[in-house]
Amino acid sequence: MSSSLIIGQYVPGNSIVHRLDPRTKITVIFFFVFIVFFANSVFSYATLTVFALTTVFITRIPIRYIMKGLTPVWFLIVFTFILHLIVTKEGTVLFHIFGFNIYSGALIQGFAISMRFFLLILVTSLLTLTTTPIEITDAIEDMLHPLKKIKFPVHELALMMSISLRFIPTLMQETEKISRAQASRGVDFKTGPLKERIKAVVPLLVPLFVSAFKRAEELAMAMEARGYQGGEGRSKLRELKIEKIDIAVYLLFALAVAIVFYTRN
Amino acid sequence: MRNKFIEFRNVSFRYSDEEPWVLKNCSFEIYENEWIAIIGHNGSGKSTIAKLMNGLLFPQEGEIIINGQQVNEETIWDIRRDVGMVFQNPDNQFVGTTVQDDVAFGMENRGFPRAEMVKRIEQNLTAVGMQEYRLTEPHRLSGGQKQRVAIASVLAISPKVLILDEATAMLDPKGRMEIMRTVSNVQEEYKLSLITITHDLQEVVQAERVLVMNKGEIWDEATPREIFAKKEALREIGLDVPFVAILTDELKQAGISITNEPLNQEELLEDLWTLHSRT
Amino acid sequence: MDITFKNVSYIYQRNTPFAHKAIEDLSFHIPSGSFVAIIGHTGSGKSTLIQHLNGLVSPSSGEVTIGDYRLTDEKKPKQMKELRSRVGVVFQYPEHQLFEETVEKDIAFGPQNFDISETEINKRIKEVIPKVGLQEELLKRSPFELSGGQMRRVAIAGVLAIKPDVLVLDEPTAGLDPRGQKEMMDMFYTMHQEEGLTTVLVTHSMEDAVKYADHVIILNNGTKYMEGKPEDVLTQQEALNKVQLDVPEAVQFLQSFEKRFGVQIPFTRQSTKEIAQSVQRYIKGAGPHE
Repeated sequence: MSSSLIIGQYVPGNSIVHRLDPRTKITVIFFFVFIVFFANSVFSYATLTVFALTTVFITRIPIRYIMKGLTPVWFLIVFTFILHLIVTKEGTVLFHIFGFNIYSGALIQGFAISMRFFLLILVTSLLTLTTTPIEITDAIEDMLHPLKKIKFPVHELALMMSISLRFIPTLMQETEKISRAQASRGVDFKTGPLKERIKAVVPLLVPLFVSAFKRAEELAMAMEARGYQGGEGRSKLRELKIEKIDIAVYLLFALAVAIVFYTRN
Repeated sequence: MRNKFIEFRNVSFRYSDEEPWVLKNCSFEIYENEWIAIIGHNGSGKSTIAKLMNGLLFPQEGEIIINGQQVNEETIWDIRRDVGMVFQNPDNQFVGTTVQDDVAFGMENRGFPRAEMVKRIEQNLTAVGMQEYRLTEPHRLSGGQKQRVAIASVLAISPKVLILDEATAMLDPKGRMEIMRTVSNVQEEYKLSLITITHDLQEVVQAERVLVMNKGEIWDEATPREIFAKKEALREIGLDVPFVAILTDELKQAGISITNEPLNQEELLEDLWTLHSRT
Repeated sequence: MDITFKNVSYIYQRNTPFAHKAIEDLSFHIPSGSFVAIIGHTGSGKSTLIQHLNGLVSPSSGEVTIGDYRLTDEKKPKQMKELRSRVGVVFQYPEHQLFEETVEKDIAFGPQNFDISETEINKRIKEVIPKVGLQEELLKRSPFELSGGQMRRVAIAGVLAIKPDVLVLDEPTAGLDPRGQKEMMDMFYTMHQEEGLTTVLVTHSMEDAVKYADHVIILNNGTKYMEGKPEDVLTQQEALNKVQLDVPEAVQFLQSFEKRFGVQIPFTRQSTKEIAQSVQRYIKGAGPHE
């Protein structure tokens, strides 16, 4: 894998979390993000952390893989922590370092905010780690369905997303092919001053655009030939189904929410 | 007598008023359950014919009748149900994110119930030998496999005509063979008219009738055997003459009288054998 | 320039779970000035092999030598750019690499990257245009207004203008109609003969291999399956069928003829006319069978 960053990556699997209806995942994560901001006690944080870590455990994705993948985010979390330590001036002065007074309130608040941040990132990346992009697209199409009443092009948007997903690997292969051809004609993509390297992108981008337009034209024609005439009267092969397990997840999450509110200060 | 299914009446087409005619006054008929091959050099107008049959283009002059209906803006959606089409580039007609999603696309467009789609996906992927790849993503398939999926996708809506518009042109010999085998199985099994458009004379051998296009006009309309006999003329319009035909010609020139134009090596050897036993 | 592969292996995405061998223990030698056909199915390692020829990749193990340039795992030659100016590669569907505003600028692009002087480039364009069968009027036109066949010729001219010593052709006739295919192959063959250009043709076509090449290498699953003169390699029907390849049609005919008539007419890359004459001599000469 070229980069260890895992945000947006899908890890194939067959865990309960993988098999959940994508709408369930999106809904739970959406509310989780809200609830995190309500947590303000040790207990409420603990509840949310347990909920998040249990979910990670169930996915069977190695926790080390996820932590490593969040490396760039760790910097942000640590930065937030330090910032809070310096800026917040509540509670008693605990100690003195680099000319700053560190207050007890700062330590608590820094810790709380960092924890919040960590939980947010962890849980939202769980969505893409366990859900294929096309499932997410289906879920979004379904959840935005009511917007059709105000003439929002829900179906078109979903189709656009799914076609983009379909063509990403194809265009990546194409990029590789064209860059090979241009490298053979003496283009150097890897070394030299930045200005030269930016210039080297033109012989890559122009052919890619030309080919993407040609593909779009041919694809449109093929879709039309196969009877595509918009979302009206269309049926769907991929269907979303709320199962018992989804209901169980909703209930469990509701329980977690209840505990968070009960244990708030 | 077989029924006419497609009829071109004096059809002419060009992309715009400034450009030259791509098709000039073409008339021909295609019958039910017939296998017809259309051949011609690049730019001879053969692909334009395919697009006109599907209502992807409309002629400036003449008319096209399919299954008793004239092709126009009002009838195209009915006609596209009857006339299925597989294009040249395997990548640029693969709409679905997986094989089964792609086969479903045409059925989804027509609002097929889900249970029916599942049944037909299974049935048609089996027909083209791709059932094991139901959940595979397109970038993991070879060109030949993608084209077989494209054929299954078209067959799924039970068309009465299947057009292969240079569907083998971008494939390697192995992929080309896969497709030709699939196509001849399908034609037997599904009882439909088959129109194969190609510039490869090897691919017309199995057809009942061949339509030869040259510079936008119908140059000839005959059986493969009759076409194979016109070597020099074929070469002049930019087509390749198969080895058997060239050899037959050379044999004739060397003084061996072969009366029936052979379509393949077996037929030629059979003829030679007969001659040999007689002398 | 001589080309030598010595026990070359190449592993894609080495040290990852996705690692797979594209080429394994491949050795062969292509003498300067020859016309070699490399035959194999998609996935046989052909395209990886090509990328070794101008240093787009270096072998994971083993050694590639092209003239004085050596490529190994540890060592990439410093003069990689120089190597690329001496080995010209025409990739599959080369028209996809066109990007400039005019045909002229696109042909000049390669030579410019290799620091060729303006006057020399102009001279080369004038030379190369008739060679690929284009008219000078097209030079000021946008390459995207041309027909597919013309675009391909422009792309090929762009590679030829670099004046390489070795020309690598990856399925140069794919997608062309029969006349276009023949014209293009004849064009490369003429250049090979007139200028002594070492030519490496990657192809699926047994007919082209037998017609143009003086040496054939057959690849299967990343290894060398067969190698030798076309008349020796391309007549081995059983071995070729095993890797789903076929002998050229003339060979096929001679072999069926032998089976049927019990008479062997050896294949020496003779013309169809000569085959017909041999057959005629037998049929007229021999008496009735039995």
